[in-house]
Amino acid sequence: MSTVATAGETPNYLTHERGVKSWLYTLDHKRIGLMYLAAVTLSFLVGGIFALLVRLELAFPGETIMGPDAYNKSFTLHGAMMVFLFIIPAIPGALGNFFLPLMLGAKDVAFPRLNLMSFYVYCVGAVFLVYSIITGAVDTGWTFYTPYSTSTSASVISTTLGVFILGFSSILTGVNFVTTIHTMRAPGLHWRRLPLFVWGQYATSVVQVLATPVLAVTLLLLTMERAFSLGIFDPKFGGDPVLFQHFFWFYSHPAVYIMILPGMAVVNEIIATFSRRAIFGYMFVAMSSVSLALVGFLVWGHHMFVAGMSEYSTMVFSALTFLVAIPSGVKVFNWTATLYKGSISLDSPMLWGLAFLFLFTIGGLTGLFLGTLNVDVHLHDTYFVVAHFHYVMVGGTVMGFVGGLHYWWPKMTGKMYNEVAARIGFAFVFIGFNVTFLTQFVLGSQGMPRRYWDYLERFRPLHGFSSIGALILGIGFFILFGMFIMSLVNGKKAPRNPWGSVGFEWATTTPPHPHNFETTPVIRRGPYDYHLATAEELAKT
Amino acid sequence: MKEATVQLPRQMSTLAASIDDMYYFIFWVSLFFFVAIIGVAVYCLFKYSAKNHPHATPPGHHDVLELFWTFAPLLLLIPMFHYGFKGYVKAMVAPDDAIEVRVRGKQWAWDFYYPGDTEASPSELVVPVGRPVKMVMSSQDVLHSFYIPEFRIKRDVVPGMYSSVWWTALETTSSYNAKENKVVGEPLDQFCTEYCGTSHSQMLAKVHVVSEADYQAFLSGKDRAPEGKPLEVVGAELFKKNACNTCHTVDGGALVGPSFKGLFGKNESFEDGSSNAVDENYIRQSILQPQAKIVKGFAGKNMPAFVLKDWKLDALIAYIKSLK
Repeated sequence: MSTVATAGETPNYLTHERGVKSWLYTLDHKRIGLMYLAAVTLSFLVGGIFALLVRLELAFPGETIMGPDAYNKSFTLHGAMMVFLFIIPAIPGALGNFFLPLMLGAKDVAFPRLNLMSFYVYCVGAVFLVYSIITGAVDTGWTFYTPYSTSTSASVISTTLGVFILGFSSILTGVNFVTTIHTMRAPGLHWRRLPLFVWGQYATSVVQVLATPVLAVTLLLLTMERAFSLGIFDPKFGGDPVLFQHFFWFYSHPAVYIMILPGMAVVNEIIATFSRRAIFGYMFVAMSSVSLALVGFLVWGHHMFVAGMSEYSTMVFSALTFLVAIPSGVKVFNWTATLYKGSISLDSPMLWGLAFLFLFTIGGLTGLFLGTLNVDVHLHDTYFVVAHFHYVMVGGTVMGFVGGLHYWWPKMTGKMYNEVAARIGFAFVFIGFNVTFLTQFVLGSQGMPRRYWDYLERFRPLHGFSSIGALILGIGFFILFGMFIMSLVNGKKAPRNPWGSVGFEWATTTPPHPHNFETTPVIRRGPYDYHLATAEELAKT
Repeated sequence: MKEATVQLPRQMSTLAASIDDMYYFIFWVSLFFFVAIIGVAVYCLFKYSAKNHPHATPPGHHDVLELFWTFAPLLLLIPMFHYGFKGYVKAMVAPDDAIEVRVRGKQWAWDFYYPGDTEASPSELVVPVGRPVKMVMSSQDVLHSFYIPEFRIKRDVVPGMYSSVWWTALETTSSYNAKENKVVGEPLDQFCTEYCGTSHSQMLAKVHVVSEADYQAFLSGKDRAPEGKPLEVVGAELFKKNACNTCHTVDGGALVGPSFKGLFGKNESFEDGSSNAVDENYIRQSILQPQAKIVKGFAGKNMPAFVLKDWKLDALIAYIKSLK
């Protein structure tokens, strides 16, 4: 490892040390963030290929490109990879790692070694999960419901272990972020000045730390059932398969908030920057993240309204589920109010921010249908649910992630990207996504069940239309992938603050100094105080 | 009864109308909020673009507004919850005078037992119009779910536990044909909606709604062997009806179990090391006790047992014989 920064040039974290080893052993949160970025992008591409295979098979009724068993494995791999390897770690792992310390004016996260460990634990978990799904021929869907998952193969234990290893990685990140936010804020950065991205990461981290251990309990019970034939989940031994669903969703529903809260967190930063205005109702937006995290623990039963719970349980879960609408609504209303009397420019990151607002609103409102008990009976386990959660997960989290990547790419890499390609890619993704999934709401309300390899003739036109949308969506992501690669190869040098933001993370050099800031910054105003900034600060330099 | 709309299928049960009313109530509320939110956002994008409005107005606090949109949505959410729950309870509790049909789900077929039956009627359900009908359901293997979109009913079918759904059908779809001893018409589709493995998407049944008289006629005729039809044709019908086709092909391709093409008379090797020619006795045993002799390479597939009347076994054997 040699130091190559020459005199007169500001050292930056990308070039101050060189060589493969300097990356593999790095404790720099920015480098770890980039490694996470590479890993989750790879997972997204593989998961995306399986999505395209699934839609291609469903383009026509009957066998199109694969038989039922291959199809079942494809949708399992699509779901498991996207959920556990991409959506959960994407924003905290890549963007959170990189920008959380920068936004706090800190030198690094509180536990840099733990941070590197969490990345390697993620890698081990990812390899283990994919290996056990493929070798165990797991075709259960990403939900691994018993007794199907235990009767077909033994690999439900190794798959759950894989998910738990990944969960451990997110516990480590969560603990790290909570500690960092509590202890490493720069002088003057009190809680009412925290960027909303940080508030969102804080709420996410708390959920990660508290919910993930339930996976370990599930794993232990599954293993005990196998080893000692104790009746826990398998009715053959006197167990209850519905109990498994309780355990599964007790983790996986809070996990939904691990997925969506970071997306919302990114959108706050984008909307503020491109509206030149503080987020309206700052404290309400911050607290809405915290309350989503809390309510998220109490609503897992809404996945099981027709599974065989008592009517009283469904009543409680339905009532609590409606509470989710309140903090979600608070966010959407405040984002819209932020635009009012702003000074809005539509650079590519803002397009993604607005797409989030548009798509997440649809995703949230369609949740009302599913929270309403008698309507849910008709819609449960149909394509309506598939469309709903894709609007939240893709329309929400993925839009937030890709938007954040556009927004922070110049700071991370020191390179600009081609704005025209970015807009074309965006148009393909936005149109393709809506064609794919708006169609599926109607498929579902007409009664098309999910996880079907084949379907009745009457569903043919809508399925065909949805598959065309998936193709457009795929092309869009392909364009964006090419655009980012080209930016690395021959992108224009990025200025320090290309969007003219007053966010703390833009104050440092581009790419950032290895220690983030040359001297510890002293925070004298809030992260969105555009009205206090000089014209010079707001210039896009 | 209301015809199908762009969003929802035909209303065919007494439960459907109130569910649809709720659906459309939420739909219009959602559409209103969506248009309002996105409308304001788009308006702002033009009105307050950097060109038209170069300096953003610093935001103040507006706690009253914040409290308003924190709590006002409850005015819509509470009725949604309330009427949703009321409708749900109604759909959960069957009237006392409902006809009870016993339903067993298994990979990958539905078996129906009418009152007093000991033998299953697979893949086809016949119910009378205008009378409450209750399904008492359980599963023989993994989770399944019983779903009829036109009735707006759905419930998971769980091993080791009974669950139920009920409905009163509004209109007939089919009628009983005495000559053929068969119910014919345009039946509704019943789906499995809880993922259950390879042929999950083939785990369908037909639901005929018939008049009370036709229902009685169907019940009294359903166990009679059909007359004046070649045995292998009857066997071919039973092959589909019992969902044998979800695991066995007749063209030589392997699905879950061995293909039936050229099966009869073939010398088959078994998992226990023995081998034997396939004859009538072997087929009979394989239907009634599938685990007795498993063909080599098919261990662990766990075919469920089928308890069938002798005339049905005869017909299936004749059909398999005909598949040269």
